Amino acid sequence: MTLKAVFAALFALLVATTALPGLARADIEIDVNQGDVRPMPIAVPGFTGVGRGAEMAQVITGNLERSGLFAPIDGAAFPERNLDIGIQPDFAGWKAINAQALVNGAITVEADGKLRVDFRLWDVFTGEQLTGQTFTSTPENWRRVAHKISDLIYERLTGEKGYFDTRVVFVAESGPRGNRVKRLMIMDQDGANPSSLTDGSYVVMTPRFSPTSQEITYMALRPTGSSIYLFNIETARSETLGRFPGMVFAPRFSPDGNRVAFSVERGGNSDIWLMNLATRSQVKLTSDPGIDTSPSFSPDGVRIVFNSDRGGSPQLYVMDANGSGARRISYGSGRYMTPVWSPNGDFIAFTKQAGGQFHIGVMRPDGSDERILTSSYLDEGPTWAPNGRVLMFFRETPGGAPRLWTVDITGRILRPAPYQGSGSDPAWSPLLN
Amino acid sequence: MSFDAKHAVRLALIVAATASMAACATKPVPGPGPGPGPSGPGPAGPRGPGPSGPIDTRPIPGSVQDFVINVGDFVYFDLDRYDVRSDAMPVLDAQAAWLRQYPNVRVRIEGNCDERGTREYNLALGARRANAVRDYLASRGVASSRITTLSWGKERPVDPGSNEDAWARNRNGHTVIVEGAR
Repeated sequence: MTLKAVFAALFALLVATTALPGLARADIEIDVNQGDVRPMPIAVPGFTGVGRGAEMAQVITGNLERSGLFAPIDGAAFPERNLDIGIQPDFAGWKAINAQALVNGAITVEADGKLRVDFRLWDVFTGEQLTGQTFTSTPENWRRVAHKISDLIYERLTGEKGYFDTRVVFVAESGPRGNRVKRLMIMDQDGANPSSLTDGSYVVMTPRFSPTSQEITYMALRPTGSSIYLFNIETARSETLGRFPGMVFAPRFSPDGNRVAFSVERGGNSDIWLMNLATRSQVKLTSDPGIDTSPSFSPDGVRIVFNSDRGGSPQLYVMDANGSGARRISYGSGRYMTPVWSPNGDFIAFTKQAGGQFHIGVMRPDGSDERILTSSYLDEGPTWAPNGRVLMFFRETPGGAPRLWTVDITGRILRPAPYQGSGSDPAWSPLLN
Repeated sequence: MSFDAKHAVRLALIVAATASMAACATKPVPGPGPGPGPSGPGPAGPRGPGPSGPIDTRPIPGSVQDFVINVGDFVYFDLDRYDVRSDAMPVLDAQAAWLRQYPNVRVRIEGNCDERGTREYNLALGARRANAVRDYLASRGVASSRITTLSWGKERPVDPGSNEDAWARNRNGHTVIVEGAR
């Protein structure tokens, strides 16, 4: 079977389970209950040339392995090393160790001191070069180049966009439960380069990325009151979005990045508001005696999914972006909260509380096709990778500290995120430029 | 203050708190005790006879300690509810009376939730609880201008446990004196 055919089958499986519209129908008949997605064996030997060739290969290997779709082969088995990027690999040797895909690369330093990385992706069984690219950047950007190469490999072999050249903002937690210190942190999606954005002198919650810029919005909570902020990650410039009469919380950007939807509480009742960031003008979108919170736009900006207990328990509702036409979409048993619209528009992820457990799940925007992906004492707060195929969330054990986890939309590939510390409220960035 | 004096005050506070608990226990089940502390009898160990008999102490009237110990600064809510429970009413009545007696005191009502909910929903629920307490105090003659509200959601559990008792304790309205106490 050619590499392409293997991945066609693999993705047919994903297609079958996710029932994506508009893709090859002939493949939908595969029995997903029988099907274990067999990760693709891939070999990523260290890149040749100057500098961090071995580390770059490790970063790529780690990304592909964590996706759950690839099974990187241990370097000890490699039939050849120091592969010359200008010469065809000896495919017989790679076939013998059952590698189906092979990546090789070379690093050189340009006259201006910039790093140049060439890489090629090979189908071992056909000997075909599937892609080849050259990247040029400053030497300190070597990890990002490795992430971009990972994205190209993922995209070429799966047909889906990659999500490796991204970052995650989250809340690092320390101290006792009754008085947690919460700091905003940012890291690469693979856990590298963690760094603090706030000092922990006040409680921070629910950071969310702008879909269009390196900007986040988050909530801060102090004994004197709550506020929501814009924070530019590049410039470290922070500004508050104004003063509000009661609690203000649950901010999230519109898809164009020009507006922020959030909840404002007045006299005990929480409703959803929308602020234009350029003019700071605000409109009230809901006026219901129930709690209305956790707004999230559809990627076309036309609708907003939100959380309301107007029907007696917290459920998911979809309304037009002007606040009209709200209708309930969640009808399973249990409480549904924190809906987040997929960047592809095809799913809404949510937190569900049922049977004494918490779950991360997805459903169609009309409420159909609900799928529970995780189950534990406390799973909460999903955020989408920019390709709409992977979610990060946080999990807390009884009496324990929260940790970041990832799960794919089939629910099969569930694992701790590559960050060792305690973290909650993750927010996945869009792809970097 | 010497160590012995501190110890004596602490013991006196425990005695007072225990008396206060007994006085407030109008509803045996369900629900937690009225305070955030451990539910056991406290750390009082064996105690030899003192050289000069017991020392009678009590909080300064109108002080934060007076309010916390003799009135009670916490009331509790049922699961997913924000209506003031019948066992909370005597506590809030006493808070209102105390606040009428000390009109310079300003308070912040903090609404809290158990961990069995999402962060954002719990912020909204905590705000409902804080406002329910504020409305009750206002209905008992405390000027609304003396009261602010805040929701901590599930961020500030008074009991770090993960069980029904802890959750019941963590669903509360906490009346915090922010200024004007003696």
